[in-house]
Amino acid sequence: METIATRPKSLTDLQFTYCPGCLHGVAHRLIAEVMDELDMRDNTMGVAPVGCSVFAYKFFNCDMAEAAHGRAPAVATGMKRARPSMHVFTYQGDGDLAAIGTAEIIHAANRGEKITRFFVNNAIYGMTGGQMAPTSLPGMKTSTSPYGRDTDDVGFPIKVSELMSALEAPYYIERVSLLTPQDIIKAKKAVRKALLFNKEGRGFSMVEFLSTCPTNWGLDAIESLEWAKENMLPYFPLGVYRDKSVEEA
Amino acid sequence: MGEKVLMKGNEAVAEAAIRAGCRLYFAYPITPQSELIEYMARMMPKVDGTFLQASSEVAAINMVYGAAGCGRRVMTSSSSPGISLKMEGISYLAGANLPSVIVNVQRGGPGLGDIQPAQGDYFQATKGGGHGDYRLIVLAPSSVQEFADSASDAFDLADKYRIPVMILADGLLGQMMEPVEFKPAKTEAELAELDKQHLDWAMYQNKPEPNHHHHEINSLEIDPHELEKHVLKLDQKYKLIQKNEVKHEEYNVNEDNEILCVAFGTASRIVKSAIDQLKKEGHNVGLVRPITVWPYPSEAVLNAVSKNVKKVVVFELNLGQMVEDVRLAVNGKVPVDFMGKVGGLVFTPEEVKTKIEENL
Repeated sequence: METIATRPKSLTDLQFTYCPGCLHGVAHRLIAEVMDELDMRDNTMGVAPVGCSVFAYKFFNCDMAEAAHGRAPAVATGMKRARPSMHVFTYQGDGDLAAIGTAEIIHAANRGEKITRFFVNNAIYGMTGGQMAPTSLPGMKTSTSPYGRDTDDVGFPIKVSELMSALEAPYYIERVSLLTPQDIIKAKKAVRKALLFNKEGRGFSMVEFLSTCPTNWGLDAIESLEWAKENMLPYFPLGVYRDKSVEEA
Repeated sequence: MGEKVLMKGNEAVAEAAIRAGCRLYFAYPITPQSELIEYMARMMPKVDGTFLQASSEVAAINMVYGAAGCGRRVMTSSSSPGISLKMEGISYLAGANLPSVIVNVQRGGPGLGDIQPAQGDYFQATKGGGHGDYRLIVLAPSSVQEFADSASDAFDLADKYRIPVMILADGLLGQMMEPVEFKPAKTEAELAELDKQHLDWAMYQNKPEPNHHHHEINSLEIDPHELEKHVLKLDQKYKLIQKNEVKHEEYNVNEDNEILCVAFGTASRIVKSAIDQLKKEGHNVGLVRPITVWPYPSEAVLNAVSKNVKKVVVFELNLGQMVEDVRLAVNGKVPVDFMGKVGGLVFTPEEVKTKIEENL
C-alpha cells in the first residue's frame, strides 16, 4: 500500500498531551514537517518552555533542552554559542515569553542570536488553569482577572511582534494564525522561512502563532476558533513585521 | 614548571579556567568580581572562545545551562547579590546533572550590602540556596594560588560527577595580588578529548537512523515515583562525593593542641597569623581549614579534637554559619565557641589572638 501521509520524522512517536481542540499539536506538526522538508533534523536542537508545551522536549525528535520558565532564549543562546554549527529553535507560550521571560527574549532578539523562536499566543496561562496572560485581551475574564482585564489597573496586552520589530537586529518576524485551514497553510510558509533563515545562518527569526485555549476559555473547539477570530485578530494584526531578506533583495 | 606571575585573584581564576579548557563564559558585571569578567572579555576571543555579557545573572546562568547541556566546559561568575539571582538556574543545573562552574566572589550582605569581603553566603552555597534537594561541590580557596588551582579542580570534578561546582571566594581573594604559578594550558588534543567525554547524554550533531539520538536535558519528572527515583539517584552521587572528594588542610594540628580553630578562606589566613604568634608565646593551637566546604570535612574536624583540646573556636566573616557544621562534627565532645565579623570588615590577627587567649 502506498503511504500518502505519515508522521514527520522530526516528531517522536509519543502521543501529544494537549487538550481536545488545542492548536499546539498543529504548531508542533508544522515545525516538524518543515524540519523534515529542509532536511534539518540532524543538525537541529530545540528548547522547550514551561507551560502547556512543557513536554515539547519529548515530542520533537532531536536533542532537546527543557528550560526554566521564561529562560528558553538564554538557554538557546548558550546552546548556539556552544555548538555554532547547529540550528537552534525555541518554543514558548505567552506567559513564558512575554511575562516572566521578557528580558531574555528582548535581549536575545537585540543580539540578533541566530536562532528561531516559535511563540504561541493564546491570551491565557493554560497549564496552571486559565490565569491572565500578558496577552489577555482588554476585558477578558480569566481566573486572575475574574471581573475582566482592567487596562487602567494592569495595562494592555503586549503586542510581541510589534515590540520585537522595534529592535534593529531581528531578521524576520511574522504573526500568523492557526484558526483556519488557509491560515495554517500560510503559517507553514512562515515557519519555513523562519527555519530556512536559521539554516542559512541569517539571524534572529520569530513566528508568532495566534492560537486558542478551548479548555480555559470555557468554549468548545469551534467556538474558540470563532472567538479568536472576533477578538484576537483585530487586536493582534497578522502580517510580516520584519523581513530583511526582502530588504536585501 | 611555569614562572610565577603577580596577579589579582579575579584574573588568576579566569586565566586558570581558560587553561583548564573553559571556552564559554557568560556573566553580568558586579563588584568585586569585575576583573574576572573583564579578563574573560579580553582573553576569550584570543582562544576562539565565547565571552558574552548577559542581560542579567539570570540570563547568564541559563546560558550556562544551555552550553553545559551541550557538554562543553562553561563558567559564570558573580558576587553575592548576583549569585542569589543565579540560584534558580543552579537548581536546574543540579537537577539536570549538568557539569558547570560558578565563581562567587562574596561581598557583604544581606540585600545590596556593600562591596567588601565577607563569607555570608556559606549557607546559600552549602545548604541549597535554590529550591529542592540538591548539593553543589563547593571549593573554598584561601590564596590567589589556590583560587587559580580551584578552577581546574572545579572543572574536573564537574565533569567527573556531572554536577555544578561553586568556587566560594570573597572580595579579598578576588582583589588582592599574590604570586601565582599556572598549570600548563590544555592542548588541542586534550580539548578534543574533553569534548568527547559527554557524548552519551549531551546535545550535539545528530545522526540518521538507526544511530539517531534524542537526548533530553531536563529536570522535570511529572510522575512522583519517577521524581523520587531521580532525586534518590542524585543523592547516591552526593554520597559518593562525600566519600571521595573531601579536602582540608591542617595547620599545626598535633596531639598537644590546647585549642583547635576551624576557619575557611580568607578568615583562615588571619587565624594562621594568630596561631604563629601564640606559638612564640608558648601556646599550642591548631587549625583545620576546610578546602571543600561541601562535602564538609567533618571527620577531619572531629579527629583533630585531640585529648588536650579544651575548646574548638570557629572564625568566620559572618555571624555564624559554618560553625553549625563544626558543632555537628564535634557532636558535644568539647564546647564550640565562635567569633564572627560582618559588614565587609575583616578581623585582625590581634582580635583573633585575643579570642583564642580567652579560651586558653
